Amino acid sequence: MRLAPWNRAGPGKRAGKRAGGSRGPDAIVVGAGHNGLVAACFLARAGLSVQVLERNPYIGGAAVSRSLYEGFTYSNCSYVCSLLRTEIIRALELPAHGLQIIPYEGGCTLMGNGGHFALYDNHDALRREIARHSSRDAEAYDRFTRDMLRHCKFIKPLLLRAPPDPTSFKPRDVRELLYLGRHFGRLGEDRMCETLRFWTLSCADLLDEYFESEIVKAHLAGSSIIGTALGPRSPGTAYVLLHHYMGSIDGTVGAWGFARGGMGAITQALAASLAASGGSIRCEAPVQRILTRNGRAAGVVLESGEEIPARLVVSNMDVRRTFLDTMDPAELPEEFVRRVRQFKIRGSSGKLNIALDAMPRFPAIPAGAPCVRGDLHVTDSIDMLERAYDDWKEGRWSQRPYLDMLIPTQIDPTMAPPGKHYMSVFVQYCPYRLADGPWTDEKRASFGRTVIDSIAEHSPGFRDLILHAEIRTPADIEREVGLTEGNIFQGELTFDQLLFNRPIPGYAQYRSPIRGLYMCGSSTHPGGGVMGAPGANAASTILGDLKR
Amino acid sequence: MSASRYDCIVIGAGHNGLTCAAYLARAGRRVLVLEAAEAPGGAAATHEFAPGFRVSSCAHLLHLMPGWLLGELGLAGHGLRMAAERMPTLALSAAGALQIPPYPDSAARDLGEADARAFREYAAMMGRLARALRPILEAVPPRLGSRAWRDRLTLLGLGARLRLLGRSDMRELLRIAGMCVQDLLDEHFENPLLKGALAFDAVLGTNLGPRSPGTVFTLLYRLAAGGGSAGSLAQPVGGLGALTEALARAASSAGAELRCDAPVARMIVTEDSAAGVILESGERLQAKCVVSSADPRTTFLRLLGPEHLDAGFVRRITHLRGQGMTAKLHLALDRMPRFAALTALAPTGRLVIAPSLQAVERAFNDAKYGRFSAAPLLEVIVPTAVDPGLAPAGRHVLSAVVQYAPHGVAGGWEGQREQFLDTILQTLEAHAPGLRESVCAAELLTPQDIESRFRISGGHWHHAELALDQFFMVRPVAGAAQYRAPVRGLFLCGAGCHPGGGVMGLAGHHAARRILAEAA
Repeated sequence: MRLAPWNRAGPGKRAGKRAGGSRGPDAIVVGAGHNGLVAACFLARAGLSVQVLERNPYIGGAAVSRSLYEGFTYSNCSYVCSLLRTEIIRALELPAHGLQIIPYEGGCTLMGNGGHFALYDNHDALRREIARHSSRDAEAYDRFTRDMLRHCKFIKPLLLRAPPDPTSFKPRDVRELLYLGRHFGRLGEDRMCETLRFWTLSCADLLDEYFESEIVKAHLAGSSIIGTALGPRSPGTAYVLLHHYMGSIDGTVGAWGFARGGMGAITQALAASLAASGGSIRCEAPVQRILTRNGRAAGVVLESGEEIPARLVVSNMDVRRTFLDTMDPAELPEEFVRRVRQFKIRGSSGKLNIALDAMPRFPAIPAGAPCVRGDLHVTDSIDMLERAYDDWKEGRWSQRPYLDMLIPTQIDPTMAPPGKHYMSVFVQYCPYRLADGPWTDEKRASFGRTVIDSIAEHSPGFRDLILHAEIRTPADIEREVGLTEGNIFQGELTFDQLLFNRPIPGYAQYRSPIRGLYMCGSSTHPGGGVMGAPGANAASTILGDLKR
Repeated sequence: MSASRYDCIVIGAGHNGLTCAAYLARAGRRVLVLEAAEAPGGAAATHEFAPGFRVSSCAHLLHLMPGWLLGELGLAGHGLRMAAERMPTLALSAAGALQIPPYPDSAARDLGEADARAFREYAAMMGRLARALRPILEAVPPRLGSRAWRDRLTLLGLGARLRLLGRSDMRELLRIAGMCVQDLLDEHFENPLLKGALAFDAVLGTNLGPRSPGTVFTLLYRLAAGGGSAGSLAQPVGGLGALTEALARAASSAGAELRCDAPVARMIVTEDSAAGVILESGERLQAKCVVSSADPRTTFLRLLGPEHLDAGFVRRITHLRGQGMTAKLHLALDRMPRFAALTALAPTGRLVIAPSLQAVERAFNDAKYGRFSAAPLLEVIVPTAVDPGLAPAGRHVLSAVVQYAPHGVAGGWEGQREQFLDTILQTLEAHAPGLRESVCAAELLTPQDIESRFRISGGHWHHAELALDQFFMVRPVAGAAQYRAPVRGLFLCGAGCHPGGGVMGLAGHHAARRILAEAA
């Protein structure tokens, strides 16, 4: 894959010297994750000199392509793309900077009884497939997608707006509230009520309202718990499900795809776009402290001791890291610090990245069915999913985990040598804190075995194909990526942490109690997934404050 | 068709049906109340479960019915007396009992300084929020998107009430309203027993566990309905039946007619409007309007019939969540039970057995997979401790609400009832050694028994699960949230309506207001 120059040390250092000089950049962005880069791009385009500081020797945060085994490229954190806002892709000309997103067709759940259930793009094929399990569900599916799209249609316009503070009388907040009111009012009575209900519904209840077949429900329920510390029966998971439907690829709503070259391609394209508009990135520059001078952001100090002054500091880190780890809580209002401590960031997901010697066999899937190129799962009932959650609650990784498996190399040959394949396996649930003490290498290995065993159940000879496997627990993700507890959303997506509550009531507009210090990570509205909206919203808030 | 003798026929003489009837009659309507059972009361009744032993059949504590309602209907004048008021709640554990809310003086000792202080702050905050939510319970839900001033004013009024909370409280309300009670309690307290007991109040009667988002709402709802203080528990002399008897007298003295043993088979619908009912006896009764205190499913699908409704509405009704999770246990005892944790000889309070958040969550885990809790949670009272009249001299009655007991338990309740009873007795025995051999008779009402005995489909004491997605403007379902069915002349006044069940009477009161407003 194409490596951007600052992935190697050289240019980075130059950028460093430039920024390290007496007068620093206008803005420092802490963290070169996708949101940090999006924010940096928009600030740079507005004419600010922007310095992005990244702790790791590579950029990307959780949207990276890593070569950890000879000839293979892993998307070793985030692994599929859909949520990245089209507006951002267009505004930052990401395609021109080398981003290609290849949609994949459907997906499939491998059933315990050797059967399978697949989703296809082709509507007729899809209906036939669902009808195999329940003809009534085949009818219901159209109703289901229609309603989900309606909910998406309602929420989408809110994604790229800073949420209003309902307790404030500032003209801007009142204006936004009125906008929300009108936006809601336009739905008409019935759909208003439906929307009211939807937001607090559990995924299981939602699906029960449409479907009768267990396998259909189980397949659809997967997205409702990915990355969360909730089960399919927890109220609010219907929203999480929607969160995964809000994306689109080339206008195909709800479609998911691969970034050619791995998820790193997204952040590489962002970096290229940033370079084109004059911003610079510096790797291996871990920020130790965010400096403030009389209640104002004043720059940062690197762990090397180097000080970089700047009047604007934008943090791509989650709120806990930003305010508790890289700042002195004494500089912040007590109430604010208490809220930050209360902000729920719970590790619940693990990841396996597997290099395979050949394409694994899935006897359940009919030969030539395109669904094998999509997302594969092994959870065939809501109860099985709920039980996986129960394990998490008790501080164990799921004994029969929910797996989201993809083999992108079937579509994108750039990620593995010819004939060989890269398999990304997302695992839910895996706790950050185990009941029996901290993570150890033995425990990690046994976690990996649990996952590989449940894959092997559905793919004979799978173990023999494994050339290399990277096993990542929430603790590993925290250590390597810097996500607290390894939570992929930088904070639970529950009502108490959404919209004007995200991350902290009264601070949902990307500003912090410190003037000149802003948040742009997934901890902020509208939350995680490789969406870029938080970064874009943060940038527009900043530029608004600068009157640019 | 002959001119109808009645303005309104009220189906069901439960507390909501009777409240509604009383208000309609007081406004000069000719009202007939039809009750399927041989006596009024519905789920707020008293029955003899063993020779000489009487107990409140379903609900066994009175804490939600507002004072002004009791006053307006002059129930005291109709013979309602309280055997106990402001009953304390005691959380039991092997270690000892914890009074909730803790006595200011004892708090520091029982809880430790930190938790005692935390509880004072917590109680004050929850009290303020609950009082702010109170107007929502007192309001007839407005219709969304309607241009009518009544609806708009209601919404504005409620909005203003929230604003009056002040910024920090309003923010806190908006933050915690959708949160799970476990997170809220973990933010405040250390003591597992305290957290367990508070979480129990949040999940009591619901299909939720402490980790389920929305349980702070159910807790706030309970506090708001209880008038902002959880301590206002009362027990009428003669059990809850005494309340509905007083209501019945209030209704009939206002001119309402009450007929028991008159189960309704179905409604008469002429020209798309409800015009009366047909009894199972075949008798036809005409009326200008029909008011049903039966649960929405029974009302619409059985009594009215889906053929009179559009498909979308029927779908909503069929998807209404109302699976009972709560069983009721009645024990006839030959002596006063001795709870190890209690220093006082006679347990005159409400005893809660929910030792920790984890215990509550685990009890819920079983229910999720259609099993009854292996270690059930209990709300225990000994009515005879304050009202000896309920049992022969020297004998006692123990009444317990038991959670979780899924209505649709896997394998059905037949055959498992005995097993469940044994499980519950074991739990009780652990806290009250020797209780078992003092049992002369036992009655366990599973949600299925509650369903058949009180004619509540699903056996859910709120008729429909009380959760954010089935509350206020969407309770029971969109299109019927204003006590008005999509069919002309048909109204709802049961627990399935806003603001829900729990012997509150507000649903009946609001329905009457709505009906009178319609006709006026």
